[in-house]
Parts: sequence; C-alpha cells; structure tokens
Amino acid sequence: MTKKFKFKFNRRAFAYPYMIFMLLFIVTPLVIVLINAFLADDGSFTLKNFGEFFSNSGGGMTVLGNSLVIGLVTTLICLVIGYPVAYFLAKYHASNKILVLLFILPMWVNFLIRTLSTKAIFMALDVNLGMGTVLFGMVYNYLPYMILPLHTTLVSIDHSYIEAAEDLGADKFTVMTKTIFPLSLSGVASGITMTFIPAISTFAISEILSSSKIYLFGDAINMHFSKTTNSFGVGSVMSLVMLVLVVITNGIANLTSKDEEVKSVL
Amino acid sequence: MKNKLNRLFANGYLGLVLVLLYLPIFLIIVFSFSGTSTFSFKDGFTLQSYIDMFDGEKTADLMQAIKNTFIIAISASVISTILGAFSTIGIYALKRRIKKITLTVNQLPMINSEIVMAVSLMVFFAAFSFVFPQGFTRLIISHVAFCTPYVVLSILPRLQKMDPNMYEAALDLGANPFGAMLKVVFPFITPGIVSGFAMAFTLSLDDFIITQFNKGDTGIETLSTYIYEDARVKSLEPFWFAVFSIFFVVVLTLLLIVNISKNSKKEA
Repeated sequence: MTKKFKFKFNRRAFAYPYMIFMLLFIVTPLVIVLINAFLADDGSFTLKNFGEFFSNSGGGMTVLGNSLVIGLVTTLICLVIGYPVAYFLAKYHASNKILVLLFILPMWVNFLIRTLSTKAIFMALDVNLGMGTVLFGMVYNYLPYMILPLHTTLVSIDHSYIEAAEDLGADKFTVMTKTIFPLSLSGVASGITMTFIPAISTFAISEILSSSKIYLFGDAINMHFSKTTNSFGVGSVMSLVMLVLVVITNGIANLTSKDEEVKSVL
Repeated sequence: MKNKLNRLFANGYLGLVLVLLYLPIFLIIVFSFSGTSTFSFKDGFTLQSYIDMFDGEKTADLMQAIKNTFIIAISASVISTILGAFSTIGIYALKRRIKKITLTVNQLPMINSEIVMAVSLMVFFAAFSFVFPQGFTRLIISHVAFCTPYVVLSILPRLQKMDPNMYEAALDLGANPFGAMLKVVFPFITPGIVSGFAMAFTLSLDDFIITQFNKGDTGIETLSTYIYEDARVKSLEPFWFAVFSIFFVVVLTLLLIVNISKNSKKEA
C-alpha cells in the first residue's frame, strides 16, 4: 500500500517546462530591455538615455506624439467604418458565417503583401504618397481586427434586452444608444486595443506607404536597433514607453470587460 | 417596406466595405496576367509574370525564402503545440494564484506590441549569444515564444468544459495516471490541440517583425523578410504580382475550406 504512493504523479509538473520557457524567453528579455535602458555605451549606469528621449533632443517625443495622433485617427476611422459592419452582420446575417468570415479573412494575408499591393495601385494611379495613403493603408490593415471583436459581442447580445427596451417605449435611436451600444462596450474596448497598439507601433506600413517620408514610433524603435545607428539605450527607453502604453490600453480595456476577464481566467 | 429599405441599405454598406477590402487583392490578381507592374495590359494577356517567378534571376532566392518560411513554421508550430498541450494540462491543475500569474505571463506576447517583443528577444539573444547561435535556433525559439500562448488559450477552454470526474473515474477503473491522461484527457482536448496547431502554423508563416529582428546576419530570409528587402525600395517587379496572386488564392481558399467544413460539422 505504501509503495503505491511512493511515486505521486502530479499533473502540475506538466506546466513547469513551459513556465521555465516563459521565464527565459518572455520575462528575461523584457528585463534585459529594462537594464539596457539604464546602460551607457561603455556599459556603465546612466540616466542619459531617458534624458535624451524625454528632452526630445533626438526628436523621439515628436515621433511619439505623431504616432499617437495617427494611431488614434486610424482607430477612430476603423471604429466608425467597422461598427456598422459588425452591427449589420449581427442583425441581418447572424447565421451566415461565411459572410462574416469574408470580412475577417484579409487579416490572414501577410500585411506586407497587402501594403505593397496598395502602394503599387497608388503609384499606378499617380497618387502622392503621404499622410493620406498611410492612413488608408493603416485602416485597410487593421479594419478586420476592429470588426472581429465588435461582431463577437454584438452577436452575443441577448435579443430580449432589445425587445424589452422597445416594449418600454424606446424608439430605434434610443435602443441603439441606450441598449445596444452600452452592451457592446467590451467589444469596442477590445477592438480599440487590437487596432491602437499595432497602429502606433507599426513599422513598414508607414515607411512603405509614404516612401519613408512619414516616420512613426515603430520605425524609430527599429532605427535605434539597426546596425548602423546602434543606440540600444534610447531604443530600449522607447520600447519601455511602448510597453507602458500597452499596459495602460489593456488596463482600460479590461475595466470595461471585467466580468468576462474573470471568467476567462478561472 | 421600411424594413426592406433598411436591409437594402445595410447590404449596400456591407458590399461597399467588402469591395474596398478585396479591391487591391483583385487588382493584383488581374494584372498578374499583364506581365507589367504598371496596371496596364499594354502587352496583352500573358503568363510572363508566372514564368519569371519559376525561371528568373530571383527564382533561387525566392524558393529558398519559401523553404525557410516552411522550415520555421513547421518546427515552431509542432514544438509549440506539444509544449502548449502538456503545459495547459499542468496549468489547469495549478493552484489558483500561481495559475493566474502563469496565464497573465502567457498573455504577454499576445497583448504586447510585436516590435517590443522582437526587440526584447534580440537583445536577449545578443546578451547570451554564446548559448544561442544566430540563425534557425533563434528564429524557431522566438516563433515558439509567440505561438505557444495561442495554443494554450485554444486548449484551455476545452479542458474547462471537461468533467473532472472523468479523469478520476479512469483512475478508479484501474488506469494509471499516465494512461488516464493519454486515453481520457488527450482525446477530449484534441479539437483544441488541432486548432491551436493551425493557429500557430499560420501565425508563424505570417510573421514579419519578430523574424526581421532576429534573423541576424546569417542571410536567412523568410518570404516576408525577402519581400521587404526586395520590394520596399524599388516598386514591385512583375513576378511579385504572380507570387502575391498565388499567395492570396492559396490562403483564402484554405481558410474558407477549413471554416466551411468546421461550420457544416457543427450543424450536423
């Protein structure tokens, strides 16, 4: 009898290799970025990297500001175009999975291929590459990421809420603003996160669609880590700033979908 | 009548957005048969772009890039599926607190900006370059790092749906724990494993940023990084129209088939 319990098989042990893997390849790299941000070129401790970025001597803050504006505008356009798409799909075509899929599919075609295709078309049409084309490219790329979470929440809204609102005398506009929209807020929040974060940190889209005229935060990070510039310190500070933005955006998104979060973690 | 009008408007709007989403793809496919990159049929209908793709000066590089893409995608998705499947069973059995921490860290690569993850892996590999040689080792590790979270999250819901008594029952009926795992738990989570694998494979195939930062100077190019190196400065050469067209058609049909078969199974 005692022999049977000698080897206690524990399912938890299965998690350990992956926990070590994550510690090594997800957590440690971020810690190294953090350390890098405090290192001077010769390896000594310094706060100069932060000074250089936040004093805007290299123009880093300006780039960040521009990226935030472009990211916000992109997200807003995606929301304005995407919300009606998600709503109409949920209202009239809820059972037509293939149609819904068609709106999501472009997401799976490599973004470089899509971006270079749009650039080729713009060039053939003699459109000047600049802010307009970059915004078009961003919206074109991120629209599916906005539609997907919006559609998921809108489809799952219990129809009896809408009927109840109508029975209580609400007109169509009121039903929309007071019932449907508030119930879809968690989808709006995750749609915004899924568009805003990639949009501010993208590199390549802005570079390709503006012929390198427009320079965004992702391009700036990329440049600091390139072999020719090799200013890892400032690049690390910028990565940390980006990480803070990720945490803030996700924090806000989680607030609106608190209940679902709890469910998904448990 | 009013309802009909609303519906008409809705469908019109949906149609318009769909046209916008697919117009660039459609135009590329049409003009891949023009043999030019100027969107004109001045030479008439020709398969020249497709011939150039298989028999041109860049054919060797292109084929090598495609081969590398698949080497990385297959290794990374197989490794992350195995790692993800076992660890999800383990994570599920963890104590509440540590489970929550593990799942939060697991979510990091999903919510984090891709460029930050790419940069962090790059400095990490540089700091430990004596352990991680440049090339496929680094690329496959980094792909496993961003793919496994998706595998875990596609298996976890299946596990949550499983009646914990099933595992206990198998033990009571005389199965040893490992046998119970193999014969009871694994078959139940297989759908999650399959979709996790498909997800990992597609994500790895599609990746650009992580690969771009971690390929080092070994000269390894995947399809994405090769497109970026070759086409971002100059405009697209005609053979790229052919490559893109094939890519569009293959990816879109594959996804449609997978999803249609999934839907029809659900209805049956």
